[in-house]
Amino acid sequence: MLEIKDIEKLAKLARIELTQEEKESLLKEVDPILGYVAQLKEVVSSVGETKKAGELRNVTREDSLPNETASNTEVLVADMPESQNNYLKVKKIL
Amino acid sequence: MIDLKNLTIKKAHEALMKGEYTSVELATAYLEQIKKTDGDIHAYLEVYSDVLEQAQKADEKIKNGEAGMLTGIPISIKDNILIKGRIASSASKILENYTATYDATVIEKLKKESVVFVGRTNMDEFAMGGSTENSAYGPTKNPYDTERVPGGSSGGAAASVASDEALVALGSDTGGSIRQPASFCGLVGLKPTYGAVSRHGVMAMGSSLDQIGPFGKTVEDVEILFNTIKGQDKMDSTTIPDKKDKGDFVDKKFKIGVPKDFLNIGGIDESVSKNFQETLEKLKSLGHEIIDIKLPNLKYSLAVYYVIVPAEVSSNMARFDGMRFGKRISGKDGIEDYFLSRQAGLGKEVRRRIILGTYVLSSGYYDAFYNKANIVRELITEDYKKAFEKVDVIITPTTPGPAFKIGEKSGDPLKMYLEDIFTVPVNLAGVPAISIPSGFKEVDGKKLPLGIQLIAKHSGEETLFAVSKSLLGEK
Repeated sequence: MLEIKDIEKLAKLARIELTQEEKESLLKEVDPILGYVAQLKEVVSSVGETKKAGELRNVTREDSLPNETASNTEVLVADMPESQNNYLKVKKIL
Repeated sequence: MIDLKNLTIKKAHEALMKGEYTSVELATAYLEQIKKTDGDIHAYLEVYSDVLEQAQKADEKIKNGEAGMLTGIPISIKDNILIKGRIASSASKILENYTATYDATVIEKLKKESVVFVGRTNMDEFAMGGSTENSAYGPTKNPYDTERVPGGSSGGAAASVASDEALVALGSDTGGSIRQPASFCGLVGLKPTYGAVSRHGVMAMGSSLDQIGPFGKTVEDVEILFNTIKGQDKMDSTTIPDKKDKGDFVDKKFKIGVPKDFLNIGGIDESVSKNFQETLEKLKSLGHEIIDIKLPNLKYSLAVYYVIVPAEVSSNMARFDGMRFGKRISGKDGIEDYFLSRQAGLGKEVRRRIILGTYVLSSGYYDAFYNKANIVRELITEDYKKAFEKVDVIITPTTPGPAFKIGEKSGDPLKMYLEDIFTVPVNLAGVPAISIPSGFKEVDGKKLPLGIQLIAKHSGEETLFAVSKSLLGEK
């Protein structure tokens, strides 16, 4: 069973602000879903963990510049919430 | 007057080539229909202001003898697919004013054909949902009964075609988001083989499951669109080489598998069961062979899906933080900017899946949930592989019931998830599947469409088209 403090921890990890009301409703919604997906443990313990998931293969490309320098600057800067002299503007970190 | 109701790509193409009408006249007919019906339906988040200019360019191409099959064909695009210079919001507040900086590969291919992009269609926010009720811009209504949902997440795409506000549409499908709305709106909808169509330029939801696919009124329309957008792409490393089924499908008799054990899962509407039986009878009468098959692990599909999807969602949604693009809500410092922007910009279902995904991927739980889900996913894939040694296609209903009422299931996420029971396993295995109309259920004097899902092995789209055409009597 999850508790409110677990939801708070997850919200912090996920960088989402939640109201008290939202925390409570999330707790009520997430718990039954976790209960439902818990059946997977039994399935796997009955077949063993020998199965490997997915097929892995390498996909590589030539190590070169995919775009010409500055070819997308204008459109990318236009989408920024705040910018200055073609730089993304964020709050002071240190 | 152009008969939009019975219009197909081929018919429109022939009329355009013969000069019966121009692309501008065709686009005008659709714009007039939108004016008439979209106030009620709300299929579109935006109808583009340059539709007629696009049509003019198509007309020039036709005049110069450079036209292809799709030149001048009006198509709607789901709001999570990027068209350079146009807004793409994924029906989310956080991308309300986001302008796409490049074309998705599928859009590049359609532009080469000079299609006419009519507008961007409504959806569940970031494709998370099965009813289009999770849109930040209000729900889309089902054209067959405006008190009901059109399905989702590509609900706007389906509604746009079903109400003749576009000839065809592109949507995306992660767990049924093309097939379920196609079924609810009486259309044909295809979820291609994973990797058949490039995902470059579609906003990622569940990256190991997402595929872009077409909607149309006929199998042929869907086939034409699919053949245009498919193909390996260096911008999406998961795309696969084009492997066409070999052989002649004309008048071929197919082996059709029915997974009886899986269909007895319960919760299936009586009208759907009856309709399904009638479809089997019809297939038999057409000379196809019905074979019982077993897919024993498919009953775990939803449990697998609701671990893998939130896990991939929580990773994919991390980029929406109000920093480089999208809505930024200013707090006291940079970290608080993240918290506030994501609170204000992301809707309830999106946040629920992020929290759930963060949990199943967190230290100590990763093995208990995510790894286990991947192991069972492999078992499901093997079930299909074994079945396709014996049969050409597998048949199920597309959904357990017809379109439900707006608000009927939105309070209970688990109940909403159960809607996807027949469609989700297909995405987990990466095989292709198509939903085709199979009849109606009459409720309160309204005819609600029902759908049948056909599933083939990897790269078996041609087989799906052939069986679908046989069943629908399309030449």
